[in-house]
Amino acid sequence: METLERIIAEHPFFAGLDPYYINLLTGCAANVRFDSGTYIFKEGEEANEFYLIRAGKVALEIFPPQRKPIMLATLGDGEILGWSWLLPPYQWKCHAHAIEPVRAIALDGKCLRGKCEQNHDLGYELLKRFGQIMELRLAATLLQLVDVYSNGRK
Amino acid sequence: MEENKVATAANFDPMLPQPYSVLQVVKETADTFTLTLQARNGAGTAPFEPGQFSMLWVFGVGELPISISGDPSDLGRLVYTVRSVGEATNSLVNREVGEAIGVRGPFGTGWPIHQAEGRDVVVIAGGIGFAPLRPVIYEVLHNRKKYGRLVILYGARSPRELLYRKELAAWVRQNDTQVLVTVDYGGLSWRGHVGVVTTLFKYARLQPARSLAFTCGPEIMMRFAARELENLGFARENIYLSMERNMKCAVGFCGHCQYGPHFICKDGPVFSYDKMRPLLEKYEL
Repeated sequence: METLERIIAEHPFFAGLDPYYINLLTGCAANVRFDSGTYIFKEGEEANEFYLIRAGKVALEIFPPQRKPIMLATLGDGEILGWSWLLPPYQWKCHAHAIEPVRAIALDGKCLRGKCEQNHDLGYELLKRFGQIMELRLAATLLQLVDVYSNGRK
Repeated sequence: MEENKVATAANFDPMLPQPYSVLQVVKETADTFTLTLQARNGAGTAPFEPGQFSMLWVFGVGELPISISGDPSDLGRLVYTVRSVGEATNSLVNREVGEAIGVRGPFGTGWPIHQAEGRDVVVIAGGIGFAPLRPVIYEVLHNRKKYGRLVILYGARSPRELLYRKELAAWVRQNDTQVLVTVDYGGLSWRGHVGVVTTLFKYARLQPARSLAFTCGPEIMMRFAARELENLGFARENIYLSMERNMKCAVGFCGHCQYGPHFICKDGPVFSYDKMRPLLEKYEL
């Protein structure tokens, strides 16, 4: 049976991370499962964790007033869900909806924030890695905003 | 393929539209239709290479450059997928079966599919840009042993704007073929991937050193896709894009489609990324 520590160490997001930090992270980690249709978190709620998705699919959704909900992106196997735990005000900005059964590793953000304050090297490593994800998602969002397929129509 | 070029040049005057009849019109989405044409006077259909285009003349309305989206091995018919965005395209997609359309061509450079023999073929399509790439997929699937893996990455604006749905479902079941589809905006009932086409790269099992990538779609999509492919390790000369500009003569005389030092109709529409990259970065070109 795979140990949490091994799963975390082998996840691409943590590739190259010092085993000491992997051990620290494992202390804040737990296996979780979500049934299809459940919400992992909702907009406005306190953000105190993030997830390494091991299997399944999660939709990020927003609910504009007087309009149908919008699915902004989907995340799948091997991807990271959630960065709002890392920076104030520690609040989710959208809903995360399991649209398939999801298996994941949940990492306790409060626990990690404490460890990052005590060990700035760990904090820097995590910020670099989350920064990369933010950069990729921002680039994808820019293309979505351009609405490249619309050909000028509204 | 060299023989095909000779046959085309020998048998068809590039400036003279040949009369064709509409054999079939299939509605793909709310505004996109696939037309099948057959030569009227018993004349054969000019062979074409995947990625080439024809000039379609709607009599009394005008002439349009449209990529060929059909099977290159089906020599009796020409197939085009057209999105209705203006008067001429609207008139084209509203032709009835049996009506006449003038066809010039095929024109332009095709995808360098034969360079991909023995290698993986990565197809990255956005929106109506899937049309000129469909012949590549036919070519690979008809000659499966010649090529490595076939990876098809396709993005559309929304689920209802996806083209060739039945074929996508069939291609998923083919050996050594990976098909990934995404939409920019998914309704809550959509259970597929949501995000721009470049977000599919992380799910595709790409082998940059032994692959050729062909991309067609909105120019900004191709710019981002090519850049991302390069970041993943693809050499610029192994990434090909199909460019689009306003065309008139289709043979490099009129200059309407000039793009930097190139005429899209004659030197393209398919170009390697190493040639296009400096131009793609220029403002307002």
